Amino acid sequence: MPAPLLRLTDVRKAFGGVRALAGVNLELHRGSVTALIGENGAGKSTLVKILSGVHPPDSGAIELDGASTRIDTPVAARDLGIGVVHQECLVFDHLDVAENLFINAHPRRGAFVDWRGMRARASAVLRELGADFTAGTLVGTLSIAQKHVVQIARALVNESRVLILDEPTASLSRRECAELFRIARQLRDRGCALLFISHRFDEIFELADRYAVFRDGSSVGEGELAGTDRDRLIRLMVGRPVEQLFPKQQADPGEPILRVEKLGRAGEFEDISFSLRRGEILGIYGLVGAGRTELAQVLFGARRADRGRVSGAADIALVPEDRQGQGSILPFSIAANIALPNLEALAPRGWTSTRAENELAKQWIGALGIKAQGPEQPVQSLSGGNQQKVVLAKWLARKPQVLILDEPTKGIDVGAKAAVHAVTSEFACAGNGVILISSELPEILGMSDRVLVMRRGRLRAEFTRHEATSENLLRAASDA
Amino acid sequence: MNLFGYQTWSEASRRDLKLAALVLVLLAAVIGRFPDYAAPRNLAGVLDDTAILIMLALGQMLVILVRGVDLSMAANLALCGMLAALFNRAFPGAGVLTVLMMTLFAGGLLGAFNGLLVWKLRLPPIVVTLGTMSVYRGVIFLLSKGAWVNENEMSRDFLEFTRTQFFGLTTLAWGAILLAALFIVALRFSRAARNLYAAGGNPEAAAYSGVDPGRMQFLAYVVAGAIAGVCGYLWVARFAVAYTDIALGFELQVIAACLIGGVAISGGVGSALGVFIGCLFLGIIRSSLPLVGISAFWQMFINGVVILVAVLLSARPRLGTRTILEAPRA
Repeated sequence: MPAPLLRLTDVRKAFGGVRALAGVNLELHRGSVTALIGENGAGKSTLVKILSGVHPPDSGAIELDGASTRIDTPVAARDLGIGVVHQECLVFDHLDVAENLFINAHPRRGAFVDWRGMRARASAVLRELGADFTAGTLVGTLSIAQKHVVQIARALVNESRVLILDEPTASLSRRECAELFRIARQLRDRGCALLFISHRFDEIFELADRYAVFRDGSSVGEGELAGTDRDRLIRLMVGRPVEQLFPKQQADPGEPILRVEKLGRAGEFEDISFSLRRGEILGIYGLVGAGRTELAQVLFGARRADRGRVSGAADIALVPEDRQGQGSILPFSIAANIALPNLEALAPRGWTSTRAENELAKQWIGALGIKAQGPEQPVQSLSGGNQQKVVLAKWLARKPQVLILDEPTKGIDVGAKAAVHAVTSEFACAGNGVILISSELPEILGMSDRVLVMRRGRLRAEFTRHEATSENLLRAASDA
Repeated sequence: MNLFGYQTWSEASRRDLKLAALVLVLLAAVIGRFPDYAAPRNLAGVLDDTAILIMLALGQMLVILVRGVDLSMAANLALCGMLAALFNRAFPGAGVLTVLMMTLFAGGLLGAFNGLLVWKLRLPPIVVTLGTMSVYRGVIFLLSKGAWVNENEMSRDFLEFTRTQFFGLTTLAWGAILLAALFIVALRFSRAARNLYAAGGNPEAAAYSGVDPGRMQFLAYVVAGAIAGVCGYLWVARFAVAYTDIALGFELQVIAACLIGGVAISGGVGSALGVFIGCLFLGIIRSSLPLVGISAFWQMFINGVVILVAVLLSARPRLGTRTILEAPRA
C-alpha cells in the first residue's frame, strides 16, 4: 500500500482536564474513503476540529504527504487543502452560492473583487459536480442536502486534497444521500482522500473502503472494510462490558404515572406511545437527531404536540440537555438558581427571603454534594458537574412526580456522574417516574429498568433491563 | 453579605463601590478648586438638576435588564408633559394629584404600546422604540399644533409642586431619592424582579423555569413608560414651558447613565444603586464644567469618554468575555 496522504500519530487533546483524545492514530489515503466510527463522545468531533484547524492538538504528529505539518488555524487548514463539510451546514444564508464558495478567497482584479470571474468559476465547479442549482442562487433557499453540496464545492474551489464529511447524511433523505454519495465518489476518483463520519452502517459499507474506530478518545481498530462486518465493528465501538459504576437500586415499578398516546410533532417525531410507571427509570436511547430532545420538550410542555395526548402526572420537571443555555442563569448564585422555579413557595407574597433561599440551597448543596463555597457563589464559577447538580436541585426542590433527564451526564466528570445517578435512582425509588434520555450506552444500560429506542422520530424497539445489551440497542438505533 | 447588587453580589457591589469612590474623588477635586461647590445649597441644586435623569435611568434600567432599550422615553416624557400642560390650561383647578395620576397612566400606556410590539410581535426593541420615538413626538405636534404652553398659562400649584422644599431638598430631589430607594429594595427582594433578572440573564433558561421573558419585557416597558410620563409633568413644571421638542435627545443621556452605572447592555446585570451613582456622576460633571471654564460643548465629549471607560472597566471580569457582547456558545 502506498504512503498515506494524511497520517495522524498519537494525537492527544484535553479540554480543561477532560480528555477528549487520549492518543489516536488515523491514516487517510488518496482515492479512498475512510469511515470514522465511534459512539457519541468517542472523540470524532474533536478530531474534526483538529483537522480543520479550530483546536490545535496538545501533542502528537500530523503528516501531510510525508511532511510533518501543523494546522493552527482554519485558514492554515484551507491552505493545506483540507476541506470540511460540517454536519450543521456552516454556510452564509444571506449570500448567493458563488459568494459562499469564495468566502475569504474572492478572486481579485486589481484592488477589486472580480465578480464576473468568480461567478464563472463557481458555475464551472457546480457543473462539474452536477449540482441542480446555479451560482446565483441565494443559499438560504437551498435544502440541507444542497447546502452540503455547497460546502463540497467550496472544498473543490480551495483545491482540497482531504475532504471531511462530518455526518452529512444525518438529515438527508435516501435520494439526497445517493446524490451526495455520487459526488463523494467523483472526488474520490479524482484522488481526494475522504474521511466519512456516520452512525449508519449501511451507508458506511456503501461508500467507504476503509474504517477507523475510536472509543473513549483512543483508536481501537483500523483496516479495510472488505473482510469485516457490522457485528465486528459494533463490538469494537462498544468494547467494554457495562461498567458497574451505576448505583441503581432495585425498584418494583408500580401503577402508571404518565401515559403517552400517539404523540407527534411535524418533522420531529411521530406516533410515540408508552407509559411510565411509579418507581421506574425509563431509558430512551437513540442517536443524535433521533427526536428524543424534541419529545422531552413536548412532554415537559415547553413546546406543543401536533397530535396525540399525554395524561397522568401533573408535575413534570425537565433537566435540559444544554445546562448552560437552558438549565441555569449563569450569573445568578446557586441559591437564586435553585429558587427560580420555586418562587411561588419561597416568596408567596411576592417578596423573596434571602434566608429561606440560602436554607434551601444549603440543603441541596449537602444532599447532592455540590462543591461550592456557599449558596451565594455564582453558578458560572462552578465546574460542569456541579452546575448540573444545581440544575438537578432546582427541579427536585419542586418535588415533581416525573423527572425527565436529557443527557444528564454529558461532559461531566466521573464523580459527578455517579452522584447524579445516585440521586436519580433514589428519586425513582421514592415512587416517582424518571425518563432518562442518553446517548451513552453504559448509562442507559446501567440505569434503566426499561429501554425504548428511537430512530428518525419513531420508537423502534423496547427492551427490558435484562434483554438490553449494547449490541441490540446500537443495532436498533442505527439500522435503516 | 452585602445589601445591594443582585446575583453576583460581591462583584456587583464592588463595582458600585468603585463607582461611588470615583464620584467622591471627582467631587473632592471640584470642591478643592471651588470650595463654594460644597455649599449644601449648591449640592441640593445639583441633586435637583439630576433628579429627572435619575428617575428616567431607573426606568430605562429595567428595560435594558431584559435585553431591550427604550429610545422613546424622552418622547414619551415630552408627550405626557404636553398633556399635563394642556390639561392644566383647560382645568387649572384640578389639582396636582390628578395631573400626576394622569401622566402616570398615559406614560404607562405609551410604554405598554412599546411593550406589546416587543412582546407579541417580537419586533426588535431598538426598532420599535425608534419608531415610537418619532410617533410620540408627532402626536405632541398634533395636540399642540406646534404652539408652546407658557408659564403664564399654568396654574400656581402646578408650577410650585416641584419646587416645594422639605428638609432643604425639593420634591423633585426627594422623588428621585425615594424612587431609587424603592428600586434598590424591590430589585433585591421582590419575586417580580427576580424573574426580570432571570429573563434578561438567560431568556431560554427562564422560559424553562416558568418565566415568560416576553411578559417581563412588557412589564419593564410599562414601568419605564409610567416613569417617563410622570417625569413629563415634572419637567414641564420645572422649566415652566411645554413644546414639541422638550428633552430632545435626552434618552441618550439616560442610556449613558445606565451604562456608566454598570448595567450590561446585553441584559441581566445591573443594580439600581449603580444607576443612581452613575446619574450623580453625570450630574456633577455637568454642573462643574462651567465652573472649570470648560464649554458645554466639551460635556458631550467627556460624557462619551466616561461611557467608554466605564464600559471597558465593568465589562472585563465576567467569564473572560465582555458583558456587552453575548458570550459565545462553546
